[in-house]
Amino acid sequence: MTTYVLRRLLWVAPSLLIVFTLTFFVVHATPGSPWDESEKPLPEAVKQNLARQYHLDDPLYKQYADYLGNALRGDLGPSYRSVERSVSEIVTATLPVSVQLGLASILFALVIGIPLGALAAVKHNTWIDYVASLVTVIGIATPPFVRVSLLIVVLSLALGWLPTGGWEGIFDARAIIPTLAIGLGPAAIFARYTRSSLLEVHGQDFIRTARAKGLSELAIVVAHAMKNALIPVVTVAGVTLANVITGAFFVERIYGVPGIARQFVDSVSGRDYPLLLGIVLVFALLIMVVNLLVDLSYGFLDPRIRYR
Amino acid sequence: MTNAEGYAPFASPKAVLAAPLRRPTGLWRDAWRRLARNRAAVVSLVYIVVLVFVALFASAIAPYAFQAQDLEATDLGPSATHLFGTDNLGRDELSRLVYGSRISLAVALVDVLIVLAVGVPLGLAAGFFGRWVDTLVMRTVDVLLAFPSLLLVIVVITYLRAVLDQPEGPLLAVVGALDGATGGLLGVFIALGLVSWLTVARLVRGQVLSLKEKEFVEAARMVGATNRRIMTRHLLPNTLAPIIVAATFGIPGAIAAEAGLSFLGLGVRPPFPSWGILIAEGVRTMRAFPHELVFPASVLAITLICFNFLGDGLRDALDPRLKLD
Repeated sequence: MTTYVLRRLLWVAPSLLIVFTLTFFVVHATPGSPWDESEKPLPEAVKQNLARQYHLDDPLYKQYADYLGNALRGDLGPSYRSVERSVSEIVTATLPVSVQLGLASILFALVIGIPLGALAAVKHNTWIDYVASLVTVIGIATPPFVRVSLLIVVLSLALGWLPTGGWEGIFDARAIIPTLAIGLGPAAIFARYTRSSLLEVHGQDFIRTARAKGLSELAIVVAHAMKNALIPVVTVAGVTLANVITGAFFVERIYGVPGIARQFVDSVSGRDYPLLLGIVLVFALLIMVVNLLVDLSYGFLDPRIRYR
Repeated sequence: MTNAEGYAPFASPKAVLAAPLRRPTGLWRDAWRRLARNRAAVVSLVYIVVLVFVALFASAIAPYAFQAQDLEATDLGPSATHLFGTDNLGRDELSRLVYGSRISLAVALVDVLIVLAVGVPLGLAAGFFGRWVDTLVMRTVDVLLAFPSLLLVIVVITYLRAVLDQPEGPLLAVVGALDGATGGLLGVFIALGLVSWLTVARLVRGQVLSLKEKEFVEAARMVGATNRRIMTRHLLPNTLAPIIVAATFGIPGAIAAEAGLSFLGLGVRPPFPSWGILIAEGVRTMRAFPHELVFPASVLAITLICFNFLGDGLRDALDPRLKLD
């Protein structure tokens, strides 16, 4: 177990390096800078000064090595757009917002998705199952920007229950629409997997034994079937995270949430390449850590799994 | 028949007894029959066929040109002259949605072509040849799949946009000109092409790994079939069903990705009426004129839902092993 964790941890560094190298060279091969599109073209001398300030006139290998060294010390360099804040400062300011929103969305997805999937499996092939399947397909098929804008139209504009945008922390009413919009995707994934894996364990011997003991249907599902059915659900954690990040790109922008996903989208349209590069690195690290945690959690959920 | 384990469970015992001399049916006929029994899939298929016709005959169906402005009729609600209303430049929403279907379906078509032209051959080669081919293809797939595909697509399309805006060299100039003529669609195709083949390549490789150990491949080899013949005549037909299912499920993802990119201003450029652009414009005016958002958002959502239902139906019809009911 310890060697497995160590080996997996050792893999994180080279994987990150590959991601970093690829992104670095793609970003640096991308022509143009934010100064190109300014309405009054800058004098050539000013451009050269700017390039010197950002070390853009160094040879590429030196820029690469410098950036890597600084990134290891937590310094992701200056942002092109933002004068007063460095990339690291932008990341530290915006990441917590997105993490809160992401965790709330996943919590919502778990609380809604797993019971919905369980209900559909227990009431298999009844109208409850069909309604649950429809909800699931809607959650999986609709993109987040459709979900969030329709939620705003219905909940904010038509019914007037919630604000139309903004962010005042996760415990404010403004957090509800973004959480719903992002969380509906993972909720649908959880529901689908819970349903199919519950149906799969349904006919197995240990369920028949539990039934033979005289346990109630509820106890069988909750205490016996669920425990086994949830293992495949954990495997989709990676998909869930991707879903949450992708959802946040749109939801944070449309609803005006000052999170890191919005910074990412803004860095693309503003050609703020250092910010873009820094945020891709943060996402890569996040994804790798979550994948590692997921792989390790199998051992707790299913004692038959051995790590080698 | 040998296919009893896989394809029989839908027939009730009574039906089997009632038709003991029924002609043996092939996989495709069976699949079609099962699909036709799935109401959600049939309704979705009808919707998609209608959508294809709308896209093909857009110019005949759309009541107005998609870019025709009428500055005396801006932001109108739905009415007899403008069924879905007009936008802030007085352009007919319905006509823009009708023309927009061309963009979405072109993306769907190209996505399927990339899956067939790149994903299937690479998966086939990786599974069949193994060794370094397998390592190379599958490690690439693993690395690219480890990240949210939209993240990769956005990084790549940012690069493409910048390169194609000021193309250097004759090749890039041609690509850039094509991209400009298609309103930015070519860039979207390239960026989506990078990620759309991944899952199918992995799927085909998995299938081939188990299929190539089967007796019929051994038999084919014994009678002197070449590698090429084994792959195209023996392995490929046996992986066709899962490929069709996976390709169908890939379509809504690609359509949503194009709409999302266009929504962010990275995909198709105005005035080309991508549904993503219509939704972005709708979001801008939703506080005053919510119908300008609700119509395109609903059409996109319904289209994606239908492709998903069709994919579900095809999976149940074609791939009995994945069937749970």
